[in-house]
Formats: sequence, structure tokens, C-alpha cells
Amino acid sequence: MPGADKETDLSERIESFLSELKRCGSGAGSLRGSAETARETTALLRRITAQARWSNAGDLMEIIRKEGRRMTAAQPSVTTVGNMVRRVLKIIREEYARSRGSTEEADQQESLHKLLTSGGSSEDNFRQHFAHLKANVIEAINELLTELEGTTDNISMQALEHIHSNEVIMTIGRSRTVEAFLKDAARKRKFHVMVAECAPFCQGHEMATSLSKEDIETTVIPDAAIFAVMSRVNKVIIGTQTVLANGGLRAVNGTHTLALAAKHHSTPLIVCAPMFKLSPQVSDTPVQSHLHDLVKLTSILSKVNAHCPVFDYVPPELITLFISNIGGNAPSYIYRLMSELYHPEDHEL
Amino acid sequence: KKQHKKNKKDDRGPPEKEKEKEKASVPAPSKPATQSPAHKGTAFAILHSLVFVSFLYFLLVVKRLPEHIQVDDPAALKKLAKKLERQQVPLRSDYGYKVSLFSHLHQYSRKNPPTQQISIPATVIHPSIVRLGLQYSQGIIAGSNARSVALLHAFKQVIRDYSTPPNEELSRDLVNKLSPYISFLSQCRPLSASMGNAIKYIKKEISNIPSQCKEEEAKRRLQECIDSYINEKIILASEAISKYAIEKISDGDVILVYGCSSLVNHILCEAFEKQRKFRVIVVDSRPRLEGKEALRRLVKKGIRCTYVLISALSYILPEVSKVFLGAHALLANGYVMSRVGTSQIALVAKAFNVPVLVCCETYKFCERVQTDSFVSNELDDPDDLIVTRNGKTHLENWQTVKSLGLLNLVYDVTPPDFVDLVITDLGMIPCTSVPVVLRVKNVDQ
Repeated sequence: MPGADKETDLSERIESFLSELKRCGSGAGSLRGSAETARETTALLRRITAQARWSNAGDLMEIIRKEGRRMTAAQPSVTTVGNMVRRVLKIIREEYARSRGSTEEADQQESLHKLLTSGGSSEDNFRQHFAHLKANVIEAINELLTELEGTTDNISMQALEHIHSNEVIMTIGRSRTVEAFLKDAARKRKFHVMVAECAPFCQGHEMATSLSKEDIETTVIPDAAIFAVMSRVNKVIIGTQTVLANGGLRAVNGTHTLALAAKHHSTPLIVCAPMFKLSPQVSDTPVQSHLHDLVKLTSILSKVNAHCPVFDYVPPELITLFISNIGGNAPSYIYRLMSELYHPEDHEL
Repeated sequence: KKQHKKNKKDDRGPPEKEKEKEKASVPAPSKPATQSPAHKGTAFAILHSLVFVSFLYFLLVVKRLPEHIQVDDPAALKKLAKKLERQQVPLRSDYGYKVSLFSHLHQYSRKNPPTQQISIPATVIHPSIVRLGLQYSQGIIAGSNARSVALLHAFKQVIRDYSTPPNEELSRDLVNKLSPYISFLSQCRPLSASMGNAIKYIKKEISNIPSQCKEEEAKRRLQECIDSYINEKIILASEAISKYAIEKISDGDVILVYGCSSLVNHILCEAFEKQRKFRVIVVDSRPRLEGKEALRRLVKKGIRCTYVLISALSYILPEVSKVFLGAHALLANGYVMSRVGTSQIALVAKAFNVPVLVCCETYKFCERVQTDSFVSNELDDPDDLIVTRNGKTHLENWQTVKSLGLLNLVYDVTPPDFVDLVITDLGMIPCTSVPVVLRVKNVDQ
């Protein structure tokens, strides 16, 4: 009976998480930051590992993959959920390999030599039972959770290396990572921030009020003025929703224009993104949201098409630097970081 | 020589310069009279006249900086205040915290129009000018063609009600009457390049009225001049531009337009009437949202339209085959001055290899040069940026927060390498040919 209770409790939690994901659509701007989503996903996965019934690593991976598919289907635009699932799958593979014998760890790295000589992927079915696997996996997930909690701080600690005094920094919309980054630098240096408001939701307004409360000289500019003021900007620092495998970004709409303007003036574009935003796959369907109260087009709405995309694709050539919790990287290095985070077989959940 | 001087002078020059010119021109006729009597005075007189002529030449060649971009200079502000006091025009005070990069520009609030400080009935300023100033400052009349036409109609009314005082010449007195009106209008909203050119034209026409002309005849002639100016430079010009532009629109085109340009809307409506099959994407931006007006006009005609905000530009540009932009002014170094956001559209269109065509009448060409959007611009009411989303207004008390500023720019300049073609009433020219056109126009006049 206690097993059944645990199961129903677990499935209840999963259901409530799924419904929350569905609700926090991209419509009204994210109701919760992606860091929070990542933490909640990981905590839920830990609970699944602890409470679900499984006897070997293969079963556990099946369960997690199944739940992961459901979670990503609930809200495809929130990619952190899928990323966390893949991280946990990789953790399981590593712990399994460690339990079997440490030589397996070397096999994880793909190399041309290995591909030629091994003759196909390893015969591992993950069917062997290990007594301490559960405890090890849960411990590793706990480490992952600690890492997630420290990401914003790790990024903000690097702020002083990139911002000097009397700079003019431009940003767009609202990113909690960039906010923490700028506030950390403002404790020691004086600089000026221009925030593009990012219509139609104008999250830039919130960012500007929050920054100005820390005595940072902030200016709010409408999206149309981005190129006009870019010649006086020294650096562009933005956050993003997802970092793609080629080093490109899927960021809030208006970011591509900002990146093009920065490229035209040879202004460096710095992206502050923690590692959990790195995503090997994103869904193709463009995400649209509502223009509703911004534009009162009621009389002619029936004869007009209106578009309001939520995200923009920014190609890697326009980006200068990625700042993540493990340090600074060029966009050309992102593919390598991703191969360390996720196993190639997990790219497709 | 007096006409030549009046042509070259910037119409916003303060009366001090006028006084200097009048002082300078008055001794000139008397010079020959003093030269004849004494021989030893001749050398001195020649030297004096040389210095005087070079001084005049210096005044002619060096253009004065317009007042509205010298707000950070207290001496210039004092001069302006004195001039306005003399003309009995109210001085408008700035509003709100100004971003430091733009401290040399005025920033007014729409809630305090300068008309509040004028007594009723207005004694110095003609009532139609007062009404015009209010319409400008509240944004009721917007768009450079609309503003110029409204200005010219108001001037027609002024001329109709004008009567020459005794012992005065119409050609000189009417020009002096117009100066306080122009100061008042520039207090309401800084003059646009097209308005500046129109004012120069009117002043030239007024001073060209021969002194023996009767008052009724002079007034009739002036009103005819104004009518023909509007007809030639604005109405017929837009017909000519439409004819050229329609050659560039082919069937199956997807045309992107930005904001509400009366000229571009006219071109699209004409093309639709000539049975061209195309659809239009209207790009709009906060806080003015002028694209809604353009959308309304095009949909009324029956054109298929799509509406996006400027942040969705990269999303929609792969579908677009051409971009048509309007202009507020074309500068002598080939830069296009237009509504803020135009340069952004040109930049992204260039990145996607979409041709950009700018449509502009020749009366908007001006001799100024500018390389960025900072030195000469207009700051609109910063409160326009405040908006309520999800029941929350984040910027409500932005005045109380010390380090927060709102920037509401009106214009920006587009570099000529983003623009592929400029369509004017004289034909289709590249951006860099603007000074050639200006020179041709000056020679004509």
C-alpha cells in the first residue's frame, strides 16, 4: 500500500507540474524564470528516481525518457525542461558506467578513431543491476541541483572582468541573469545602461526600474531607436531563452535586429547564458503570442493578418562571447561543450 | 544684393542679425556720397568698405547654428528668451529628466502647450497661427507634408487679414510680421526641413513684390504663389513620384512599409488602382503607432495587408520583396532623415538583401549635413513610453527615480549605403546625388 501511495503521489506531482508548464505559455512573458523551471524539473526527476519502481538503469532511463517526452510536449517552447532530462540521462549513464568499471568513461567521448574501430555503439543494454546505483544517481542529481542554484552567482562574479567604468551598455527585454550581472558590476563601477523595451510586452520597463533602484543610470528606449543610439553604445549584453548547438541563439524578438546593429557598429555582443540553456534540439514551429491590448485594431481586424512572434533566431556570426557559469567561451566552442553535457543518443528524447 | 542675402540666410536667424544687416545695408547707399568730398579720406573709406564687405561676406557664408540644438548653452538660451520677450511670444520650458546624450535638445510635455500662456484674444500672434501651433504641439497635425500644407494655408489666412500700416512697405513689413509667428511655431514644435524651405520661399516671394504694386494686387499675387507652391511641390510631385514608383512595383510583390507616410500610401493606392497585384506588410513601432493609420487607409482601399511590430522585422523580412520608405528630409551628404526606426528597417533589409526605395519630394531636400541621430533631433514627450501591461504600470513614477530616464526620439538618419534608390519628382536618383539636385534648384531660382 505505501508503494501505491507513493506512486499516486508521484503521478500527482508530475501532473501538476505538467499543467503548470502548459499554463506558463509564452503568452504573457515567462511567469517564472528558466532557472526556476530547471530546478523544479531536476527536483521532480530526483523524486521520480527515488520513488518510481525500477530495477536497472535501463528501466530508469525509459521512465525518465517517457516523462521527459510528456513534459516537453506540454510546452515545447520551454527548452530547459528537455535539457534537464537529458542531463539526468547522462548522469545515469555515467553512474552506470562507473559502477561497471571506470574504463567505460573513456568510451563516452566520440572520436573518429572510436567510430571506425568500435563498429557501432557499445553493446550496453544498461540491464545490469547495481545495488548502489540509486543512491549514486540521487547524489549526482543533488550535485546538479547545487550547480543550478549557483549559476547566476557564477555568472555575475565575472561581471567586473567585462565592464569598465563610464561604459554605455545596451540590453533588451528582461533577463534575470543580465540583471544580476549588471547589478554586481554596479557595486564597484559606474556605467550607463540603455534598455530596449521590447514591445509588445515591454519587459524592458521592469528591467529598467529594477536597475535604476540600484542607482544605475538607466534609459528606456523604444525598439525603433535601437540603431539610432547604437553608435554611442560600447557593449551589448543580452540574455537568451536557448543556446543552440551551432552557437546561435533563440532569444526574445528584436534580438536579431539588435545583433545586426551591433555588428554594423562593431560593438561586441555578449550573451550571458547558464549552461542549462544549451539545447541540442528545438522545435520548428514558430511560437506566436497575442498582440491584443497593444493594438486596438478591432474595426479592421478581420481583414488583416497580424503576426507577433515571440522568439528570434540569431546566427552565431553576430555573437562575440558567451558568458556561462563555467566561464567565457566563443560561439565556435559551444558544440564541444554540448557534447560534454549530453550523450548523443539522448538528443532525440 | 539684399535679395541674395535674404535667400542665403537661415530663416531662424535672430533679429539681431537682421538688425545688423539693416544697419549694414543702410550705410551702403550713403557710402558713395561721402567718398567724393575729401581725397585723404578716400584711402580710409576704401579700407573701411573692404573690411565691411568681407564682414558681410563672412555673415553670408557662415550659417548660424539653429537655436533648438543649443539648449545646453546658457548664453544661447538667454538670447532666445530676450528675442521671444521682444516679440511677445511665450517661452516654453523643458520637462522631465533629459538623457545626458541629448542635453542639447528641448524636451517638452504635451500637457503644457505654449498656447496656455497666450492671452485671449491674441494680440501679437494671428489666431490661425495660434491654432496651428496648438495642433502641432498636440500632434494633431503630424507628417511633414501635412505640416507644410497646414502652415501655408495659415499663412494665406494671415496675408488675407493683413493690412499695410501707413509709411511702410508691404514687402518689408509683412516679413517682419511673420517673424514672431515663426518663433511661436518653433516653440510649439521645432520646424521641419520642409517647413523651413516653404518659409524661405514665402519670404523670398514677399520681398520680391515691387513697391509700386497695390496692396490688393500684392496680396492676390502672394496667395497665388502659395497655391502654386502647394500644387507644384506637393500635389503634382506626388503624382510624378507615383508614376515612377509604379514602374518598380510588379505583380506578386510583397511590399514592406513603415509607419504612415502620406506619399507611400498614395503610391500604393495608385498602384492598386492600376491593377497591380501585390500585398503590403505594415511595420509599426511604439510609442506613436502611426502604422495603424496607414493600415486603415490601405485596408479601406482593399489592399491585402499584414501588420507587425518593428521587433518582428527579422521574422517577416524573408517574405518581403521590396521596402518602400518615406522621408522627412534628404540631407546634402546623402543621409535620409526620417521617422525613428527607418534606419533599422534599412539595416535589416540590407542584411536580407531586400531592395530599399525611399520616396521623397524635392522640396524636402535641405543643405544640412548630419552623420548621426544625436546632434540634431527632436525629443518627444517622455511620458508616451509609459504603458500598462497586465494591470501593472512599471514606469508610472519614473520622475521620482533619480537615475531613470525615458528617451522618445522622433527622427533618425539612415546612411546612404543602406538605400538603393531615391524616387523624386525629378526622377530616380541614388542617394548621393542630392547635392546635385540642390545645386540645380538653386541655379533655377
